[in-house]
Amino acid sequence: MEMLRAENVGKSFTLHVQDSTVISVFEHIDFTLNKGDCIALTGASGAGKSTFMRMIYANYICQEGSIRVRHGADWVDMVSAPPHEILDVRRQTMGYVSQFLRVIPRVATLDIVADPLKAMGVEVEVARGRAAVMLRRLNIPEALWSLSPLTFSGGEQQRVNIARGFVADYPIMLLDEPTASLDAGNRAVVLDLITEAKTRGTALIGIFHDEDVREAVCTSEFDITKFRAVNDG
Amino acid sequence: MSNFENTAYNFAYLDEQTKRMIRRALLKAVAIPGYQVPFASREMPMPYGWGTGGIQVTAAVIGPEDVLKVIDQGSDDTTNAVSIRNFFQKTTNVETTEETAKASLIQTRHRIPETPLTDGQILVYQVPIPEPLRFLEPRETETRKMHALEEYGLMHVKLYEDISRHGDIATTYAYPVNVAGRYVMDPSPTPKFDNPKMNNMPALQLFGAGREKRIYAIPPYTEVVSLDFEDYPFTIQKWEEPCALCGETESFLDEVILDDAGGRMFVCSDSHYCKSRQEQGHSGSQSPDAEKASREVAE
Amino acid sequence: MAMNSLLSVENLTVKYGDRVGCRNVGFDLFPGEVLGVVGESGSGKSTLLNAVSGQLPPHSGRVSYKTRLNDRCDIYGMTEPERRFLMRTDWAFVHQNPRDGLRMSVSAGANIGERLMGVGWRHYGEIREAGLNWLEKVEIDDDRVDDLPSTFSGGMLQRLQIARNLVSKPRLVFMDEPTGGLDVSVQARLLDLLRGLVSDLGLSVMIVTHDLAVARLLSHRLMVMQGGQVVESGLTDQVLDDPQHPYSQLLVSSILQV
Repeated sequence: MEMLRAENVGKSFTLHVQDSTVISVFEHIDFTLNKGDCIALTGASGAGKSTFMRMIYANYICQEGSIRVRHGADWVDMVSAPPHEILDVRRQTMGYVSQFLRVIPRVATLDIVADPLKAMGVEVEVARGRAAVMLRRLNIPEALWSLSPLTFSGGEQQRVNIARGFVADYPIMLLDEPTASLDAGNRAVVLDLITEAKTRGTALIGIFHDEDVREAVCTSEFDITKFRAVNDG
Repeated sequence: MSNFENTAYNFAYLDEQTKRMIRRALLKAVAIPGYQVPFASREMPMPYGWGTGGIQVTAAVIGPEDVLKVIDQGSDDTTNAVSIRNFFQKTTNVETTEETAKASLIQTRHRIPETPLTDGQILVYQVPIPEPLRFLEPRETETRKMHALEEYGLMHVKLYEDISRHGDIATTYAYPVNVAGRYVMDPSPTPKFDNPKMNNMPALQLFGAGREKRIYAIPPYTEVVSLDFEDYPFTIQKWEEPCALCGETESFLDEVILDDAGGRMFVCSDSHYCKSRQEQGHSGSQSPDAEKASREVAE
Repeated sequence: MAMNSLLSVENLTVKYGDRVGCRNVGFDLFPGEVLGVVGESGSGKSTLLNAVSGQLPPHSGRVSYKTRLNDRCDIYGMTEPERRFLMRTDWAFVHQNPRDGLRMSVSAGANIGERLMGVGWRHYGEIREAGLNWLEKVEIDDDRVDDLPSTFSGGMLQRLQIARNLVSKPRLVFMDEPTGGLDVSVQARLLDLLRGLVSDLGLSVMIVTHDLAVARLLSHRLMVMQGGQVVESGLTDQVLDDPQHPYSQLLVSSILQV
């Protein structure tokens, strides 16, 4: 079943602070994602893998084309939908594991991981329970759960981010380098999480540096280089 | 007004135009019970704080046939009461009295006489601060708006603060009241002991604040309710002993220091009321005839 | 104007004489949504906040609000008593300087209880209980309930102001730089508290701030103002991570990195 369809998507950045330089990234992307897929975005650094993923999440604006997402019984165009609808898609349908952890200082790690569930309407204690299971799987020592992750090491922050992304069983998941900076043991845990999600029918898009990770979990690859736009000058 | 000896002054000191201006304010005040009517308060031959508001109101309503009583802290013979009485005697030549029942017009600071007032009498209060909301809201524009829109939550903030600080509503005078179900009014500086007397009083009550230039009124037989909380209802002061001179247990008592060794006694603040009770044969522990007093207590 | 919006602003223009405070601003605020307004001083964001919150009549335009009874009413078309009643029950306003929003001469408990007494609460014990509950919610020790705000620290004062405002269970809260003037560590605590209260109580919030980090952490949606006009608006992370307007780009690129 089709979960996401991007049509004729193009992106360019206009840098007003630098003499309005226009940087075109890619154009005419057509992309489809089905239930149970795990598609790896590939292409050289700078080709726009992260940019495309951020556009799917509506974090970056899409100037051209449409990116439609199956949201419950409806289809929502992430390019043209009003903000509160996009937020609803993010709350219910689409999870995003980014490379950065952006949280309010002072909030406990357990609550940060439980947050997406609470936003879906799950009761606080149930949400915390599931967050605890996830943190334990990702080997975050229980002693740290009550602390803010802002004091953690890079690898720990990354794992908190992954826990937060996988805690809620979204129908669609976006993974931006989820295994970077993880040791072998934790990388295996993440691969398990991805495999389990696929089995559940989650549709995933990922950026993975390691070829063996791609081979282990991805159902296909999508090379974004093919859509490189021609920059003027 | 012709048979009045001191021709240097108009009757009751104020000129007739001023009296009319004040009467117009009074009529408006009576028509809107508890509402503070601004008026063009005049300079009086005495300092603010000595009752210039009350005197202007009295001057505007007094007539040659009136019988005037003036009290200060319930007493007819304190400096302020005596000088105001003399002032009106000199400028109107009306009859004055200390007897509450005999007076047609009573000017007071602080107290309402213990003897119940009757139809046809007028009670004029001297008021220092007419605005009950002033304690918490210093902006006049805002307090006027609050009165206009009947936003009186702030009044209870004051009472709340009393309870949280003192365990009880500690405001003993200037205790806010709601008049005729509409305006909240400050009976300042009358003790809350007298608040119940304001309710449904047969006499007309007029309030004058000279420095603040405000007049307000309670028409006869108007409902006056003291504000309170359900769990901290309004109560009046009580004393543990009766008046030391007349033995009264239901009146407002003043503490009088007798010597520098801690000796003291409590006596009625309403001097005329106390005196007339003593004349009727009542007495207390400090009465000249103490033996009689102890006999009365034993009964 | 969207049908299910809580607050709708259309073509709002405020002028100070010949000078324009804000021009042709329009937006919808939905239930449970937090709208951030950013821009430098003088950009018109405070003017907009005051005009939208019923405190500064606009030169032209309309502000309408959907009441609990589902009527949509024009904020400047209603009578003053109605507007004032709305402002002290269904709405709340959190000032940058808590001293502007508190009564400094009465205790913390009385400050919190005022809105309740304003709508007719007349039981001291219940009012005090509500005050204690709210002190706990804003993380102030309950033994401070009878203390004057003047004995509180800046962060406590701001939290007390928030409690005083939220006790009447408002649906719409306006905030003017609520974290301005606070130490960074105190700010973090307040942000956490605000975010929790906003989501627990399902509040709709319009928050004016010049701090983009605050805007990112609290608001769902952002409007960027410059010279009295909204130059860009959209999802908060979209505006901050992929700003389109030259001024938004300048604003985002001007943030100091720690």
